[in-house]
Amino acid sequence: MSAPSPVVELRDVSKVYPPTTRGGAEVVAIDKVSLTIDAGDVYGIIGYSGAGKSTLVRLVNALERSTSGEIFVNGTDIARLPERELRPVRLGIGMIFQQFNLLGSRSVAANVAYPLEVAGRSKEARRARVGEMLDFVGLGDKARAYPDQLSGGQKQRVGIARALASQPGILLADEATSALDPETTSEVLDLLGRVNKEFGVTIIVITHEMDVIQTLATKVAVMDQGRVIERGDVFDVFSNPQQAASARFVSTVVKGLPSPPELAVLRRRHPGRLVTLAFRDSSVDQARVFGEFAAAGVTFEVVYGGINEIQGRSFGHLTLALARPGATDAAADAAIDAALDRVRTLTTVTEVR
Amino acid sequence: MDSLIDLWPELWVAAGETLYIVGLTLFFGGIGGLLVGLGLYLTRAGSILENRPVFVVLNLLVNIVRPIPFIIFLAAAQPLARVVVGTGIGNAAIIFTISLAASFAMGRIVEQNLLTVTPGVIEAARSVGAGPIRIIFTVLLPEALGPLILGYTFIFVALVDMSAVAGYVGGGGLGNFALLYGYRQFNPVVTWAAVLLIIVLVQLVQFLGNWLARKAFRR
Repeated sequence: MSAPSPVVELRDVSKVYPPTTRGGAEVVAIDKVSLTIDAGDVYGIIGYSGAGKSTLVRLVNALERSTSGEIFVNGTDIARLPERELRPVRLGIGMIFQQFNLLGSRSVAANVAYPLEVAGRSKEARRARVGEMLDFVGLGDKARAYPDQLSGGQKQRVGIARALASQPGILLADEATSALDPETTSEVLDLLGRVNKEFGVTIIVITHEMDVIQTLATKVAVMDQGRVIERGDVFDVFSNPQQAASARFVSTVVKGLPSPPELAVLRRRHPGRLVTLAFRDSSVDQARVFGEFAAAGVTFEVVYGGINEIQGRSFGHLTLALARPGATDAAADAAIDAALDRVRTLTTVTEVR
Repeated sequence: MDSLIDLWPELWVAAGETLYIVGLTLFFGGIGGLLVGLGLYLTRAGSILENRPVFVVLNLLVNIVRPIPFIIFLAAAQPLARVVVGTGIGNAAIIFTISLAASFAMGRIVEQNLLTVTPGVIEAARSVGAGPIRIIFTVLLPEALGPLILGYTFIFVALVDMSAVAGYVGGGGLGNFALLYGYRQFNPVVTWAAVLLIIVLVQLVQFLGNWLARKAFRR
């Protein structure tokens, strides 16, 4: 493969809604976001609801028009294109939705054919492509069924077949699995993975679900209040978030970090000092870490912890209650601090208060 | 009873006239209602052809016309009928006036039915590059077809109701028949014969409407 080139590039993009009440404040949904998505990426965008994820993804196919900034799709700035000229752009961008948004009045086959009708393909070409797509998503036998007769997972597979019918190079997935049960979610994620690998489709996934990022995404951007506050490889962002807000989000989906109420319980049970150690990959020699505590005469008890795996790499957190038996408080603190200083050279240590 | 037998041929002529008036007004008023309803739906805030001035004017117009009692509207619209259909009396005038009133009443019903279409489905159509005209014909109307059929069935009864006052401007039909031969001649049998016929007609149309709507809902 050649060097990756940006398929989608946002430069300083903002979306501002007029005030909802007369004389009220403008609503800034997207606040000067810049983002580069390369060909073949599966780019996850995560954040709490209301963070602006849905609006951001809709700027890419101009379902929402930006207020300012440039939005390049395959090298063309679409931000200022008039509605009529967006048609070819949109045919090159498929989209799937949380609620599937299938046309209830049309059969499965006619739903998949819809983008091809819009593109003006011949009847024969449509029929051939529809058959191909339904086979790809494993619904060849449901061509004549109506959406109401399908399960949620089947509906989303029809949605995927429809989104890809016109052979777009980009697929936007807006909370595509949020309405599905866990088992169906993993089926749909597998399918999206195949879409990325077999067709080379660049996928932008919006989600608040950890497993979606974990199994599918290669890169991730964290959104908060209309801004992208952090971005990078999924593993890096999840295992070592740099921003407080993204750490807060990551901690809600990453196993191993105690939540505030859990922390309160731990505090009550362990009045001494609590520290959380982060372990990433095999870069940290756990035996040496524990060896340092032992050498300083510091005893430890694991009170909380968990290991996560992202794309074959693992990271985890352990929360330890530390004590130095037989020493005065001041001496114990000094011994623990000394041990922690040495441990800090090996891994990230966070004192829990 | 005897007089009813004497009036038997007139009764059927009147029934035919009612069908004629209602049929034509359903056609013209139906189209007018569709246009008004689409206009309201498409120009409202957040819709695909959002246009506040058009929406405000249309909305105001509907709200002005709808509450006017039809018999008063009939008199008020007479000058307009003269301009448009060339006469202020007779079946032509009543068909014009009912169609006009029905357009506004039906417009509201169409608007409400279109609002039942999930916005997401329209968004999906936009996302593949469909324009407004295509969305109207391939998404909006097909998706709302079931409720629309029920809405038109509902308005049919209102049209029969409105056509009953046609006699006031020299039009015909069952309403005129019941007034002329029944009410004014103190002959309840004749009145009730006309009423019975109207009930049967409405039942048949409601049945047909339900059946068609069920077919549209089949999906």
